[in-house]
Amino acid sequence: MSAVGYAAVAGQIVVVGAGAPLLTGWMRQVRARLEGRAGAGVLQPWRDTRKLLRKEPITPVGTGSAFRTAPALLVATTVVAAALVPLLSTDTPVSSHADLILVVALIALGTVALALAGLDTGTAFGGMGASREMTVAALVEPTILLSVFALSIPAGTTNIPAIVSGAVDEPGRLASPAGLLATAALAVAVLAETGRIPVDNPSTHLELTMIHEAMALEYAGPDLALVELGAQMRLTLLLGLLSSLFVPWGIATGTSWAALAVALVLFAAKVCLLGAVLAAAEVFWAKIRLFRVPELLAGSFLLALLAVTASYFLSGAS
Amino acid sequence: MGLLRRIRETGRAAEPAPPRPEGDVPEKARELGGSVQVRCVDAGSCNGCEIEIAAAFNPVYDAERYGARQVASPRHADVALVTGPVTRNMAEPLRRTVAAMGEPRLVVAVGDCAINCGEFAGGHGVEGAVADVVPVDLTVPGCPPEPDAIVAALRRVTGR
Repeated sequence: MSAVGYAAVAGQIVVVGAGAPLLTGWMRQVRARLEGRAGAGVLQPWRDTRKLLRKEPITPVGTGSAFRTAPALLVATTVVAAALVPLLSTDTPVSSHADLILVVALIALGTVALALAGLDTGTAFGGMGASREMTVAALVEPTILLSVFALSIPAGTTNIPAIVSGAVDEPGRLASPAGLLATAALAVAVLAETGRIPVDNPSTHLELTMIHEAMALEYAGPDLALVELGAQMRLTLLLGLLSSLFVPWGIATGTSWAALAVALVLFAAKVCLLGAVLAAAEVFWAKIRLFRVPELLAGSFLLALLAVTASYFLSGAS
Repeated sequence: MGLLRRIRETGRAAEPAPPRPEGDVPEKARELGGSVQVRCVDAGSCNGCEIEIAAAFNPVYDAERYGARQVASPRHADVALVTGPVTRNMAEPLRRTVAAMGEPRLVVAVGDCAINCGEFAGGHGVEGAVADVVPVDLTVPGCPPEPDAIVAALRRVTGR
């Protein structure tokens, strides 16, 4: 494999790792401006991370290995997924391993690690958050799988780089009914998986309404920095996956430095645009009641199922 | 669509940032570097100060633009904003809240009651002022203090 392939993998990891706090800062800034605020600036999440890394680490009495390993595991699974998923290039040394099921399993592993850490603290809110996160995850993971399956049927493989490069060659696949249904299903699943409104409110400080935040209530200092960085990286990764699957144009498919540079700029632009749309939408939406969340997610699962069915019958006939 | 029109008509609600507040930055706050997570503790207040704290974080005063943010857990917090005279029942929870915060941590006493028990001095349920229970780094006098004063105290901590 060429040096460009390795550079693409390294670039994906660096862009997701270093860009995730900036994306969060950008989304908070967009939201602040729409709310009439001045906003803390795009760099604020990096300032938060720097401060948390300097603070004293705290391990609450009675917590075990699940609590201690979860932050590192969350970030590690996200880094591996960021290396695998085609964000900048579909032709990398690891692209033959970038299977859909593996990527979804890596994301699920991070979710489970954090849920176990929430249970490990033994607090009421930790357990409650873990139970809610598992309820949401049980509905979201199959939706992500199914909606990408709908795109994998015309490509004939579950290898994500192959799906993406196939869509670059044949844009008609994305404009098909299956492609549109899968887009809608995956968008809802990404909202739920990353804990955004209308499923969860990332900026809440009311414990009773929390899902993701409730599991992280006992973390402090460097561990909290890792948990927050992990959550921000997952948002960047999933928005990047969404843009790679449904707006794949500009992604590098060969081994040229120029294509990689173009892909980097376009990736940043696409994810920033998606983030701004999401932040603006959050101003208009309210968080839905917890008991309505399964209805929303079941609806998105149904869309994904319809996408797979449409994809099977429409492409199977030809 | 109505909301969209309101957003366009309102524009920016935040008032222009006042000049940096006078007074030296507390020694411990220098390590925070422009990012302060705030945990509010109501130790027995009449809720007047809480209303003013809520106003300090609203779009008009917008304390968030200086890097202060409210959080749900003392473990995440760098600053405890304590209001009210400390009642007997809240003395132990207050000590535990401050103990749960990681170093460097600061305690800001907000309002006259938190500083010297104010109106409630000598009450049978009052343990004492905040400084009698936990070490206090900054005070914000007033009954209740204006949001500007609370924002100024938070800016001295964030250094922005």
